[in-house]
Amino acid sequence: MNREERHHFDVLVIGGGPAGMAAAACAAECGVRVGMVDDNPSLGGQIWRGESDGQHHPDASKWVRRVRRSGAAVLCGWRVVHQPEEGVLLAENLSGFCELKYGKLVLAPGARERFLPFPGWTLPNVMGAGGLQAMVKCGLPIRGKRVIVAGTGPLLLAVADYLRKHGAEIPLICEQACWRSLAKFGLALVRWPAKIVQGLRLKFDLAGVPLAANSWPLAAHGETTVERVTVSRAGRVEDIPCDYLACGFHLVPNIELPLLLGCAVGNGCVQVNEFQETTSSSVFCAGEPTSIGGVELALIEGQIAGLAAAGRTREARAWFEKRKKARGFAQLLDRTFRLRTELKSLSRSETVVCRCEDVSYSRLRQHTCWRSAKLHTRCGMGSCQGRVCGPMTQFLFKWKPDSVRPPVFPARVESLAALARQLEGQPTAK
Amino acid sequence: MHSEVTVTVNGAPVVVPSGTSVAVAIVMAGQACRRSVSGEPRGPLCGMGICFECCVAINGNRHVRSCQLLCEQGMEVATEKCIDE
Repeated sequence: MNREERHHFDVLVIGGGPAGMAAAACAAECGVRVGMVDDNPSLGGQIWRGESDGQHHPDASKWVRRVRRSGAAVLCGWRVVHQPEEGVLLAENLSGFCELKYGKLVLAPGARERFLPFPGWTLPNVMGAGGLQAMVKCGLPIRGKRVIVAGTGPLLLAVADYLRKHGAEIPLICEQACWRSLAKFGLALVRWPAKIVQGLRLKFDLAGVPLAANSWPLAAHGETTVERVTVSRAGRVEDIPCDYLACGFHLVPNIELPLLLGCAVGNGCVQVNEFQETTSSSVFCAGEPTSIGGVELALIEGQIAGLAAAGRTREARAWFEKRKKARGFAQLLDRTFRLRTELKSLSRSETVVCRCEDVSYSRLRQHTCWRSAKLHTRCGMGSCQGRVCGPMTQFLFKWKPDSVRPPVFPARVESLAALARQLEGQPTAK
Repeated sequence: MHSEVTVTVNGAPVVVPSGTSVAVAIVMAGQACRRSVSGEPRGPLCGMGICFECCVAINGNRHVRSCQLLCEQGMEVATEKCIDE
């Protein structure tokens, strides 16, 4: 794609994970012109990162092939930063920018990990659980390294399993949820037999790796990188040496772009109707932003959104029953991996909460809302625009997030200059 | 295909398998990606383009998320420490 070009699609899909791929393939198979944009180097999103060969997830290669066959135009390495006018999005990459004009839009921006602050969490080699897995998928040598996996959610086991298969040693998996809710979770899985099989396989593969419930990291220590982690292990304090700490507290939906486009959000999730259409006209949303429900739900919602965006509402309806069942799993996840209040008191006064601007816990504690903290401490005003510290302060202080302002990601000056030219009524394309 | 590419991190060559992200090459070179505003060394956190802790200069382009970019032969990577010095 050339810089400063304008492209037109009947259906534009943002996000190349399971939901986005399903939406793009289904819409394109209906014969409409479809474009799909993702900011990663290749398709698959986070869960299917580096899986186009289908080594671990046969579904991934199946969907990649289906997207390729469908005729949808795939634009990887492009990031949407702004909506300059109704029906147009501005995207940029390292070498330039382009405008994407659309009739219908399907948003599938996925989710990110929730992080929580504790002393030492800013040390290099303390990463997200999915974060470390993504790094290993991108070539990080992990063989022989000791990795403590901590946090909450089903991702922890999947990550531990992946890392161990790639030669890592896992001294401990710390899950903050209690055994009782984990047991209830296990029993409730009866409704989703495929997930039981997945779970049992994980349990079998992870045999010999200690999994501790009621457990969480208290502090990470090290000179230049993490060297050991103090954990609270079912009420006992333990010190464990390691090379990496992989720590994530379940997931939070990426709702910044939907918010920018005026989509209504409730309980942190994008609100959609039965056809996955948001409150913003011609804008659909599928996957984790509507509720954290995993890959199965994302695929179903993506197919519904793609079909509905292409005008095939009757075909879309055929997926409603399956979606209902898959949504039940999302509710189960939410109940099981709710954060315990003890996690609110891990920070000391000097612990950094906002990593972009190095704002400490004690400075934030003096404020009563997100807006006040932003204005006085620059919390959430750095490059990540509050994507990391926003969900933390929601949990720690019950602060509500602000409205989203463009650009939705830090953008290049020349992209913004093009917007200014447009405001002055001059043509943007050279 | 298991070819290798060579990039430089702060001037020192690093050889990595093709398909390796720039963020991984920086960690393999034993470097922090950036210094925080109070001077702490920082490395990648989210690995997926959200946290901006892995931002470096690549071929002179500053503030690039190195976790979302794959190494290419001859790429020049400068961590923030080196840009400022």
